[in-house]
Amino acid sequence: MSAGTITAQPEPRPSPPASGPRRSAVESTASWRLTDRLGLAIAWVLGLLFCAVCAAIVIFLFIQGIRYIRPELLVTNPHVGFDQNETGGFLAPMIGTFLVAAIAIAIAGPVGVGVAVWLSEYGRPVGLARLVESTVEMLAGAPSVVLALFGILLFETHPLGFLSEINGGVVFGKSFFAAGAMLSLVALPLVVSTVREGLQAIPNHVREASYAVGKTKIATIRRVLLPAARPSVITGHMLGIGHVIGDTAIIVLLLGDTQTLQGVGHVPVWGTLRGTGSTLTSYIFDNAPTGDLNQPNKAYAAAFVLLAIILVLNLIVDVFGRRSKELLWS
Amino acid sequence: MELRKPPPVRRLTPASVVTPRPEGADAPTLPYGQTSNGNGSTNGAGAAPAQTSGFVSARRDVRPPVATIERMQVEDVSIAYGTKPAVKSVSLPIRQGEVLALIGPSGCGKTTLLRSLNRLTELTKTASLSGRITLDGVDIATLEPTALRRRVTMVFQQPNPFPMSVFDNIAYVLREQARRRPRRPALRAPVQDALARAGLLDEVADNLDHPALRLSGGQQQRLCIARALAAQPEVLLLDEPCSALDPQSTKVIEDLIVKLREEVAVVIVTHNLQQAHRIADNVAFMYLGELVEYGSATSLFANPRQQRTKDYVSGAFG
Amino acid sequence: MDEELLLEPVPEGLSQDQRAELGLGALVCGVVLILLAMLAFIFREAWSSFAHNGISWFGPGGNVDSQIQAIFTSGDFKRAPQFLIHAWPLVWSTILTTGAAVVISFVSSLFVAVFMVEFAPAPIKRMLEPVIRLLASVPSVIYGLVGVLVVVPFIGNHLISTSDKASVTPVIQLSGSSLLAAVAILTIMISPIMIAIFAEGLRSVPRGWLEGSLALGVNRWRTFWNIAVRTARPALVAGTVLATARALGEAVMLSMVSGSVGFAPNPADGLIFVFEPSRGLAATILHNTDELTSPPMKATLFAIAAVLLFSSAMLSLAGWAAKQPMKRYFNVGGAAA
Repeated sequence: MSAGTITAQPEPRPSPPASGPRRSAVESTASWRLTDRLGLAIAWVLGLLFCAVCAAIVIFLFIQGIRYIRPELLVTNPHVGFDQNETGGFLAPMIGTFLVAAIAIAIAGPVGVGVAVWLSEYGRPVGLARLVESTVEMLAGAPSVVLALFGILLFETHPLGFLSEINGGVVFGKSFFAAGAMLSLVALPLVVSTVREGLQAIPNHVREASYAVGKTKIATIRRVLLPAARPSVITGHMLGIGHVIGDTAIIVLLLGDTQTLQGVGHVPVWGTLRGTGSTLTSYIFDNAPTGDLNQPNKAYAAAFVLLAIILVLNLIVDVFGRRSKELLWS
Repeated sequence: MELRKPPPVRRLTPASVVTPRPEGADAPTLPYGQTSNGNGSTNGAGAAPAQTSGFVSARRDVRPPVATIERMQVEDVSIAYGTKPAVKSVSLPIRQGEVLALIGPSGCGKTTLLRSLNRLTELTKTASLSGRITLDGVDIATLEPTALRRRVTMVFQQPNPFPMSVFDNIAYVLREQARRRPRRPALRAPVQDALARAGLLDEVADNLDHPALRLSGGQQQRLCIARALAAQPEVLLLDEPCSALDPQSTKVIEDLIVKLREEVAVVIVTHNLQQAHRIADNVAFMYLGELVEYGSATSLFANPRQQRTKDYVSGAFG
Repeated sequence: MDEELLLEPVPEGLSQDQRAELGLGALVCGVVLILLAMLAFIFREAWSSFAHNGISWFGPGGNVDSQIQAIFTSGDFKRAPQFLIHAWPLVWSTILTTGAAVVISFVSSLFVAVFMVEFAPAPIKRMLEPVIRLLASVPSVIYGLVGVLVVVPFIGNHLISTSDKASVTPVIQLSGSSLLAAVAILTIMISPIMIAIFAEGLRSVPRGWLEGSLALGVNRWRTFWNIAVRTARPALVAGTVLATARALGEAVMLSMVSGSVGFAPNPADGLIFVFEPSRGLAATILHNTDELTSPPMKATLFAIAAVLLFSSAMLSLAGWAAKQPMKRYFNVGGAAA
């Protein structure tokens, strides 16, 4: 402890003492109570156990999928056969998945953004806003079988008969339109909450700056806020699509469960959408041991494809999620 | 069920005095080479500080001389974040009975130094520390961090009361220290004592269950000070405690700090030179990680020895 | 351009903004109306089933499967429609599977979330987060597939002994499809949701509070538990509500692994009762969906749907109620009293 090193002098300073940089020590657990140490141990055990279970599931599905997937499965339609080699692939279910997701997001996307905008930017009267929030929450919590039953009620009525097949005066009620419409109710809460969060994250000074140059509120929303919230809009859509393509109950009840796409009438796209078909999820459901067809190998292959699609969607959500975090509102 | 016995409070008695420092007179050469009150300066005791540095401020009061007890020693401490040095070879004493103010421009390492006193720098993974810091003669690196942090407590720049009631905020520390969870009646007295020491008791006494987050900014900061005092610390560290507060609350807290120095050693980091001048007994000026000058407040502000100190104190940079 | 608009006379009628607000307001009202229509239609269809049974709809009595069969066959208009049903086995199965899965998942998800946010080493943290997100989006039919091809045979062949099977043969057949399989897979299915929401809540705790607690000499574990977990209680409630809703409405996976028998697992059987099959409310709808053409069957199935809807609404309400007392200490700001 020499006096000379304390006040700063213009001379060169002596080098630091021999004891090198002390390693930054995290507090040891030795002083903790037993309950604390137990708690930490449980956290570690459960955390690692959870990792193990996740890894097991992912790896198992991957291995089984690789074992049974073949390129021709992706391009042939299913047909009747006696053993698994003759029953074809799942092209039609893949198309079905795509169609159903397209219809669902075509409805839920714009409606969801509209509702989110209203909740975030308008929201008057307050009672209506609360009602809308409760509605979205109820839709989020409603089981998809219940939505499917509602869909059956709706689409078997005559006014909506044009959306599915009419056979001798009885509306069939099961079609891509029906399934897609009910699936849009599944996707809607996701789109609404994600876009709403994105809009609310935009600080007020951005809005004020826009009003200050004379833009109307709706112009501000369309030209400034929504573009700024684009990552959340995309994330919301992707999340919605992800949920839609994973749903089985509504498909089973409302899509008619035919192995190939059976169109109705002769109009090209409209006829297909009025008709029945299947999706990857109903294909897996039917091919599981508990289903009618019982071809587990095909089920694994289809599951692999479905998971791959969902993985890609998740990656897109990750990328856009990260990009939205990088937006600095300074 | 008993609360942790507080360490025996070392009240200042004539027998425990180490270094009596009368103000205004020429002091003998002191261990750290502090600047004394100017060579040949003819200021009488209690007169207004000389204007040589251009620094103008009024001391809040003419304080009676206070005897001090040595609490912590910072010995040649250097701290680096990865390869970037933040503090270079600093040595300081920290004494009960005086307020030590660390001043300097942004980024000079004063907050890093403060946080090393209760080993909060260890929370940053890239931080490395060399040198020695002792508390009552014991190297703090050999103490358990949790035990150290109960003896050296800290108040932060932003008031951070927990989202609980006022009572629970103060009782939090007491409950954690006790061997078995004490019941509420046993806690009432220590809680009220801590609130009284922080000067908050009158304002919250009628409802101790008031949510802490609903207090005003100044009250929240005083609550944080009370919470830090509830641990019965030996050293109180304050990191720019008034920077987020209005002048009225600032005045209240400054008075509180001056009063507290008799019971605990106080180290305060502040950006506000006038504040340092008002309340500090000793001031350490840091610049770019180095301790440029250390001295008594009156002498450092009135008659700084180093040119850099003179420039900073007169406002040439900051 | 907007500047030109300022020079023109103000148009009569509604401004652009007002029209936009009305348009969006109409859209929003439409969504609310759809939900109200759904509630109305479902409860209307369900009414006959409830009306004929009263409160005993929920009670025990007889074999629910044969009652359902009787309901279906009575729908051919030749005879009087039959509505009698005592759905207790279905209700009990739903309560058991949902309750057990939520309780187990809550405890383990909380610890995993705490581990993930605070105590896990960085490489594990980086790996866990995308994995959890992926698992949360795996469709239930795939969980069901893994369940029926891996878990059910495992339970059937390795866990259930022949003596177990013999002991309950008069009443029920034990294969692997069981309560155990259902609860195990349901727990794994809802855990990622809970973990993700819990972790988000834990992460959003202001670091100043945690640092303040550490600076007072409280150790890391207790700091995190007392401050972060306590502060994140609204997130804990939200995650639990969401996961429970998912578990309640789960039809596809449960129909694949929990057995297709309307049987109420009996705890009085001892530990074997976890091996007993059952079928929950939602899975029953799926099971009988081909029989909707029969009007009394339709009414019964819609009654089940009504029960599910009502439960999920009550769940949301319970969640909202649970969060109310927490708000008192969390609201920042406001002048002092």
